[in-house]
Amino acid sequence: MNLPSAGRRSRTDQAQTAVTDDGSLSPGVDPHQPSGSESPPSAPSDSAPGTGEAAAPVRSPGLRRFLRRFASNRVSVVALGILFLIILAAVFAPWLAPYDPNAIDVRNRLSAPSAVHWLGSDALGRDTFSRILYAGRASLFAAATAVGIAVAVGVPFGLIAGYVGGRVDWILGRAADVLMTFPAIILAIAIIAATGPGLTNAMIALGIVYSPRLFRVVRSATLGVRAETYIEASVSIGTPAHSIIARRILPNILSPLLVQISLMLAAALLAEAALSLLGLGVVPPTPSWGNMLGNAFGDIRSSPFLVWWPGLAIAVTTLCFNLIGDGLRDSLGREVRKGD
Amino acid sequence: MTENLLEVEHLHVTFRKKRLFGPEHAVRAVNDVGFEIATGETLGLVGESGSGKSTTGRAVLQLVPVESGEIRMGGRDVAGYKGKALRRLRAEMQMVFQDPYSSLDPSAPVGASIAEPLRVHRGQSRKDSRGRVAELLDLVGLRPSHADRYPYEFSGGQRQRVAIARALALNPKLIICDEAVSALDVSTQNQVINLLEDLREQFGLSYLFIAHDLAVVRHISHRVAVMYLGHIVEVGPTERVYTRPAHPYTQALLSAIPVPDPTHRNRDRILLRGDLPDPSNPPSGCPFHTRCAYAMDVCRQVMPEMTPIDGGGATACHLQTSGPVLKGASLAELGMPGRQRLDATQDDHRPSLLTVSDGGRTIGDEK
Repeated sequence: MNLPSAGRRSRTDQAQTAVTDDGSLSPGVDPHQPSGSESPPSAPSDSAPGTGEAAAPVRSPGLRRFLRRFASNRVSVVALGILFLIILAAVFAPWLAPYDPNAIDVRNRLSAPSAVHWLGSDALGRDTFSRILYAGRASLFAAATAVGIAVAVGVPFGLIAGYVGGRVDWILGRAADVLMTFPAIILAIAIIAATGPGLTNAMIALGIVYSPRLFRVVRSATLGVRAETYIEASVSIGTPAHSIIARRILPNILSPLLVQISLMLAAALLAEAALSLLGLGVVPPTPSWGNMLGNAFGDIRSSPFLVWWPGLAIAVTTLCFNLIGDGLRDSLGREVRKGD
Repeated sequence: MTENLLEVEHLHVTFRKKRLFGPEHAVRAVNDVGFEIATGETLGLVGESGSGKSTTGRAVLQLVPVESGEIRMGGRDVAGYKGKALRRLRAEMQMVFQDPYSSLDPSAPVGASIAEPLRVHRGQSRKDSRGRVAELLDLVGLRPSHADRYPYEFSGGQRQRVAIARALALNPKLIICDEAVSALDVSTQNQVINLLEDLREQFGLSYLFIAHDLAVVRHISHRVAVMYLGHIVEVGPTERVYTRPAHPYTQALLSAIPVPDPTHRNRDRILLRGDLPDPSNPPSGCPFHTRCAYAMDVCRQVMPEMTPIDGGGATACHLQTSGPVLKGASLAELGMPGRQRLDATQDDHRPSLLTVSDGGRTIGDEK
């Protein structure tokens, strides 16, 4: 568990620094259109290839440019495709799985991969392929819960701290610092110790512990956008603060936020796997990738492939999230700075 | 042009920076400033960087907190307005900012930016405001179809037109142009200025036109106010101020206007020595005495009062009331102790860094 988590840490840190850059980025001088010759009626229609009239499926040229750039990033596109398949497999597990994931068949226990059991069967003769499919539901749902809570807590507070500033910022910042001091997994274990095994409480706890990371990213990006003249323009128009935050700030900090969310999903998935591996997460017999891995340890000598499959599922999914995060980071947030 | 739309009196703005330890740091950005703008009038506000002209404009809109003073808009004192009342007030005065590259949200189509005041103040949805947005774009010389474009697709001048369209959306009475053309190149400046003048005539707008470009201000303003270190030092009808300045600072400022004529290179020019004093520790008496060629003892101790000037306006200078008394005449009536030939000034007072002569060269002769 140590190695991947260390790798994950440095990755998120990288993302954070990249974000600060993005957050304070200023809409620089437009390289296409030197403000020199101005002929209002014709110039933009010449230089902008049919954005207005064509009403393309993609509304914003920024989004279109992002998609084009993301699409040129082969690795991320492949990662996105694989992740999409994994999610589909989890969602449609009841239709795809050849067996009931909890159906015990002691006569065929620990069977090697075969035409009957594609990925073999475990110590109780349960079909590994079916269990992997079902386990994806628990694991992905747990990760989504944790990140969903982190977003719900971290993003609004980050926006408020960055926008209001001053004392509010100071208080929220210190609260985030306190939360940051909790080691995420240890806190989750403590909460499970208090409430009994079960993933929901642990994932809520994990979400709350993760929220300061999003808080910091959102806050620093908001600070950068807050200083832009268009925010002052909105204030001078008389736009209320909540409307400025929702319509002017949030869309402009979306890129660092998305990067952070994708990387955090990877971290949450690993955390769930770790807890379930230790028998503290998903309660058996419900499968999750983590507890399948844990159960397979007992028979690792006789049936090493039992460890492969859940391990592979965890590794591939985490890798996908991270690669997508990298791809997002590389293709987002440069619109204004670089033009194209 | 008889009724005053905006009257500002004794306006003070102080920025305080509180540190955890150590003394409070206070900067008086705007100090006892007063002026008025009539309906349909353009008041130019000039001064060098740091003189408080932008802060004055922002204070009128209450984008920066007003410490004390009165801001009367149509007779009502609006200085203390907060919340809803302030929001409603802001519909009557709008602002056009200096940098057209950062004053529009890069992630929103310009139509949405122009519609923002309509959404906020009239509760109009995107659909409701479509017609008005098209009308506004047409008014500023852009096409209605441009509403769906993003700011990065426009040039600086076009963006400034969009910003003007946004400012016009609610039919305001006053528009504060904060260096609105400074970021544009000269030909674009002219177009935007002509647009502003057309709009003023068409809608009876008043402008507070803040700029450091004196030629632009002369062109567009009916009256001009000159700011120095948070104070208004001279105010008056544009032609009077430009042809017969009554304050030494105005005189120095005007002599700095470049003349695009090589034969005039050696004309008389006043060089101000030193920098703008630290506004957190302003000089006693007249704020300009540290750089004034006419400075007298009284200038170092007593803040001069505003004195009316022949030909309109007023100035705050002791030369008008004590010392060599001008009594409302312009500075030109006085001998010119501050006026030196430009070339002479350079030779006499500045150590040369690089001199190229027949025999050889001297580099950095101080060392």
